Amino acid sequence: MASSTRVTFPNKLLPYLLLAPQLAITIIFFYWPASQAIQQSVLREDPFGLATQFVGLGNFKRVLNDPNYLNSLQVTVVFSVATALIAMALALLLAVMADKVVRGKGIYRTLLIWPYAVAPAIAGMLWLFLFNPSMGTLAYLIRSTGYNWDPLLDSGQAMVLVVAAAAWKQISYNFLFFVAGLQSIPKSLIEAAAIDGAGENKRFWTIIFPLLAPTTFFLLVVNTVYAFFDTFGIIHAVTGGGPGKATETLVYKVYNDGFVNLILGDSAAQSVILMVIVIALTAIQFRYVERKVHYG
Amino acid sequence: MASVELTDVRKVYGSSVEAVKGVNIAIEDGALCVLVGPSGCGKSTLLRMIAGLESITGGTVRIDDRTVNDLGPAERDIAMVFQNYALYPHMKVYDNMAYGLRNRGMPKDQIDKRVREAAQTLELTHLLDRRPRELSGGQRQRVAMGRAIVRNPKVFLFDEPLSNLDAKLRGQMRVEIKNLQRQLGVTSVYVTHDQLEAMTLADILVVMNAGAVEQIGAPLDIYEKPASTFVASFIGAPPMNLVHVTSDGNGLILNDGTKIGATGLAVPGEGAVIGFRPEDLEVAADEKSHAGGLVLELGILGVEPVGAESYVYGIVGGERVVVRVAGRSASQTGDSLRVIIPREKLHLFGKDGKRLND
Amino acid sequence: MIENNPIGRFIAHFILILGIVIVAFPIYYTFVASTQTLQEVMRPPLSLLPGAHFWENYKAALFGGVGRIGGVGVGRLLFNTLVMALGIAIGKIVISILSAYAIVFFRFPGRMVFFWLIFITLMLPVEVRILPTYKIMVDLGLIDTYTGLILPLMASATATLLFRQFFMTIPGELVEAARVDGAGPWRFFKDILLPLSKTNIAALFVILFIYGWTQYLWPLLMTNRNDMATIVIGLRKMISFADADTEWHLVMVTSILAIVPPILVVVLMQRWFVRGLVETEK
Repeated sequence: MASSTRVTFPNKLLPYLLLAPQLAITIIFFYWPASQAIQQSVLREDPFGLATQFVGLGNFKRVLNDPNYLNSLQVTVVFSVATALIAMALALLLAVMADKVVRGKGIYRTLLIWPYAVAPAIAGMLWLFLFNPSMGTLAYLIRSTGYNWDPLLDSGQAMVLVVAAAAWKQISYNFLFFVAGLQSIPKSLIEAAAIDGAGENKRFWTIIFPLLAPTTFFLLVVNTVYAFFDTFGIIHAVTGGGPGKATETLVYKVYNDGFVNLILGDSAAQSVILMVIVIALTAIQFRYVERKVHYG
Repeated sequence: MASVELTDVRKVYGSSVEAVKGVNIAIEDGALCVLVGPSGCGKSTLLRMIAGLESITGGTVRIDDRTVNDLGPAERDIAMVFQNYALYPHMKVYDNMAYGLRNRGMPKDQIDKRVREAAQTLELTHLLDRRPRELSGGQRQRVAMGRAIVRNPKVFLFDEPLSNLDAKLRGQMRVEIKNLQRQLGVTSVYVTHDQLEAMTLADILVVMNAGAVEQIGAPLDIYEKPASTFVASFIGAPPMNLVHVTSDGNGLILNDGTKIGATGLAVPGEGAVIGFRPEDLEVAADEKSHAGGLVLELGILGVEPVGAESYVYGIVGGERVVVRVAGRSASQTGDSLRVIIPREKLHLFGKDGKRLND
Repeated sequence: MIENNPIGRFIAHFILILGIVIVAFPIYYTFVASTQTLQEVMRPPLSLLPGAHFWENYKAALFGGVGRIGGVGVGRLLFNTLVMALGIAIGKIVISILSAYAIVFFRFPGRMVFFWLIFITLMLPVEVRILPTYKIMVDLGLIDTYTGLILPLMASATATLLFRQFFMTIPGELVEAARVDGAGPWRFFKDILLPLSKTNIAALFVILFIYGWTQYLWPLLMTNRNDMATIVIGLRKMISFADADTEWHLVMVTSILAIVPPILVVVLMQRWFVRGLVETEK
């Protein structure tokens, strides 16, 4: 008959001391700037930075009516969906294959997790080395077929290149989770399906894929967050948001407006919008966590 | 070595949940006191209050004539054996046993001597270099005991230490604990929900129910004179049979209206409960009535032969009873069986469950 | 194995090898380029086998021509990055384990408020609030300092949550046994909790080391001086110079130097890393 409450130490002061470092850093570097972003987002500064004026939701209105912002929203959606789909589809394929082989599992895993350790910006550079029209070997091969490959000038090609680099980097991560997900599916279920006469293909789509749904959904959220935020380095290093504004994602625009163009009010309003997006994504993820508990 | 004295000890969770309601127990030096009761009766809470792991809402706990209410567990000079053993998983057996001594700043050579002695007593010497996960359940149990005895404390506290072992090992360890406790002569408090364990181990048995003490005494005294229907049905296996009766002046009436002969017991007007142990009766072959005894006619529901004896399950006055019959029983399901319980073997309880006869 | 299907397994191996080729090729290609001369690098197609200039190029990048990247050597950049990655990894582990310890093993007024204060930061990546955070760093005079690179990235709820989750699986009886054995909060932490958390700490270390090493936006903002830049930023600066005099073969060497340390950490500590990753994100 163990007591149901957690066993604890009776000290009164100690817990506050233990929490102090994390709280201090959290307050100074999270709550303070976040509140400033919110404050800034309802103010407008004159070009000389001499006077500020309260403008209510004016910055938000302007940002949301700005064709450049809407363009960047669209770019972000296209970029994120493409990156997430490609990274997840390839990772799932590889994970299913890795689940099938008997020998060499460990070696395959070791060789597939490298990109996880590569910085997004460097991932972008590696792909740029390959596809740079002036010196990239693969660019050379494409151009030698007569196709006019120049991702630095063609906006569609630029998007293809950053998506490829972003998806490449994320394959490792998705692969590890799909492997774990596959391992957690009881073998007896698959055997039962086999006895019920389901062939290999059918087993995958009717048993394995539905049971992987929690993992897939989780990865969808994580990949979206990754494509939204962590890929700043790829864009910055490879295309700089160009050509034109073809690869200017939301985070890149916040950076660009705030640090390069110095439009503080707009940049702050964009930050607040981004915060709302992240909180929404996190909330979705928590709903998923709850549901997973439900699955048992 | 020490006595343990609980005076009006109470535990209230939050503002209203009374887990322990004013308990008084005095345990003599060297005695083994068993707290027994169903889960949720407050026995573990009480033990943890003695240990200092749970704060005391009211009353006093005294160990060796010293009030320890406000002392931490380490200052009370007690040792505890936990239900799940609570061995430190990353430490070797040796270190598990030595940890408490090190924390007290005992010199190394002395620690070594103590640990090896304890290991010898418990036959753990060859396991000192193993980690807990490399041990069987019984071995872990011994290590937990070893950790308690190296400390040479004033009081041992046991929190259902055998409940994670299989039946055979449990019986074996029960005997060992008893012998060890005798040999060391350390005052002990032992919590269990197993009445057999309680009966065989206890010098003093404390039966608890709903946060209060129902009865304190020597195990056999409690067995023979349970103070309430709760104790009667908790101690003993199979438990005491309890039959509700009312009196109409010249005889007794069972629940379903069946009249039975008077027993000479003073059954109060509002009715009472008559209790008898399954073994305290004889099977009557004929209709002869037995002066002063209770004669019951059972409808047999089933018979379980377990070897040396048989349990006959029956129904009388709408209430289920069980009787023990030596050897094989000739009765069969659907038969009826007449049993006679001698008057001196009858227990009489009031409607409130309290014992009436002595 | 339900069906022992040799053809199916052959296909599986084939697809896996293909996958590895795709995954490894950009890195391999860069490695090959890093062993060629500048002229060879600039004249595609590149051979698929490493060239003969491995020692020469790596020596040149590491020791030759001091101050290759805006007056700073590669060694200095690698050192900066190492400090940042280690600082973030160790700092985060320390403050997280302490706060999780407080939240799980103590009861005190405001406990849940503090928990939520930390928990909510899970939802605010640094990218979302860069500008105001940057301003605060300027006000605090932390631009171009290691403190500025490390401190703001140290607080995050992830590690705290992981430790909290793990601590909650530690049976209460173990805490009680330790208390009976005379161990106070500090002894319990040092003798029991830390040794039991070893695997979790190792896993988090790998994840956070990678996180620190691969940071981009933050060091980009926090460093003006070239000698405080990280290797990733330095690399970006190398290729952003005009095409004409970029020493591409040395850029390739620097790229390889920038990705080898974290890859080594991941591959060598794979066992903990994989377990930690899958557990952390649950």
